[in-house]
Amino acid sequence: MGAGHTQLLYHCSDSPVHRLPPEVKIAAMVAFTLAVVATPREALWAFGGYAVLVALVAAVARVRPGWLLRRSLIELPFVLFAFALPFLGAGERTELLGLSVSVDGLYGAWNVLAKGTLGVLASLLLAATTSTRDLIVGLDRLRCPQLLTQIAAFMLRYLEVLVGEVRRMRVARLSRGDDPRFVWQLRGFATGVGALFLRAYERGERVYLAMLSRGYTGRMPQVWQGTAAATAGQWLLASTVPAVAAGVAATALVLT
Amino acid sequence: MENLAMHISNGIINGPVAAIFAVIALAAMALCVQRGRQHLDDRLAPMAGLVAAFIFAVQMINFPIFTAGISGHLLGGALAALLVGPWVGALCVAVVLTVQALVFGDGGVAMLGLNITNLAIIGTAAAYLLIVALLRVLPRTPAGLAVTAFVSALVSVVAAALGFVLQYQLGGAVDLGDNIAGLAGTIAVTHLLIGIGEGLITAMTVLTVAKARPDLVYALRARGPVAPTPIPAVGGAR
Repeated sequence: MGAGHTQLLYHCSDSPVHRLPPEVKIAAMVAFTLAVVATPREALWAFGGYAVLVALVAAVARVRPGWLLRRSLIELPFVLFAFALPFLGAGERTELLGLSVSVDGLYGAWNVLAKGTLGVLASLLLAATTSTRDLIVGLDRLRCPQLLTQIAAFMLRYLEVLVGEVRRMRVARLSRGDDPRFVWQLRGFATGVGALFLRAYERGERVYLAMLSRGYTGRMPQVWQGTAAATAGQWLLASTVPAVAAGVAATALVLT
Repeated sequence: MENLAMHISNGIINGPVAAIFAVIALAAMALCVQRGRQHLDDRLAPMAGLVAAFIFAVQMINFPIFTAGISGHLLGGALAALLVGPWVGALCVAVVLTVQALVFGDGGVAMLGLNITNLAIIGTAAAYLLIVALLRVLPRTPAGLAVTAFVSALVSVVAAALGFVLQYQLGGAVDLGDNIAGLAGTIAVTHLLIGIGEGLITAMTVLTVAKARPDLVYALRARGPVAPTPIPAVGGAR
């Protein structure tokens, strides 16, 4: 995964957030999300506080709001589910815009919307400021079992192989007179999926053998450890965000 | 709506239930790591990576069913179980889910335990148990393998979806009362349709691999090659 490889969502840039070691960012993101999820849903103000925190981090990381909003559309299915909840929910009902809705369902919808959106934004910020390679280094440093980081590293590496094979097979089909219109293309893809897998495997196998012959032992190569392990100061700096979030969550728990 | 059953987002299931399933998932993953270590040899390491990459790519393709509100994607648990075995297979799916949660926010980080339980553990386990049983019963032919792959994929998708229904009943964000049966029905039916698509893709992929490289299919290793005919030496998919 050297230079030139596409990154999933990485936003190549330089900012204080980009410079933080990956393990610190992963830990901070997970802690922040847990604090958000632990917040009682009735504490509406707390979620406003979290949103401000996310906006601050985004500003420091120089991630554009438009990009964040566009990428957070992944949540759309949950949003649709959330809108169904007030109508499906049982128990006490109330009137809203002339419709009879469940109070519990209304809170549930808010719960799903607020916590889901904040979680998505937090992970997008992590993705935008951490390259996929650093992500694996970070997981490795967080004592994730080597077997898992190995599978994850191969997965990211082979995504490239897979995408490349899809492109080559498409070109091959086109050059043999295949009609590339949408539905036709889908059919060609469906019948070729087995061949695609096999081709990608055999290319991947060669990649793996090449790695072995260059001394791969299953460990992360030294060059990957570009950024040094996190210092106490960096842990402290990154822990400010989850610490504030935890404070907000604790206050909300006490107040409600 | 289907996406939700697959990748549960933050806030849909309450904290205590999510924590319980996180513990379950962690214990199961620890077992898988322990057992998977014995299996991961030179042939399986790149295969595990490719299976994970394949599942990752395939899960990004969401296809709508009936309306825009209901969409679903493939899971890949059965494919993983067939090609790399239950232990490494479950790890592959879990790795995909973890990366998706960390990077895309697809499925909440706090709900990772629930998602891993449904997709990586229930999905792969159901598929593998069926694979073992069906391979014993069905004739050792390509057709038999295709049927095995299709049925195990179909059942694993529905089983994983019902795992979500169970979790929702234990700790859903909203008490749906009697509507939980409706939710279960909707989810089961839509996943039956997804399962058919998943079954076809799994069968097609495994069959191609088994014909050209039977040594790569974990489920067949102990039982000898599927097709008695030798592999064509020239041309073909190689």
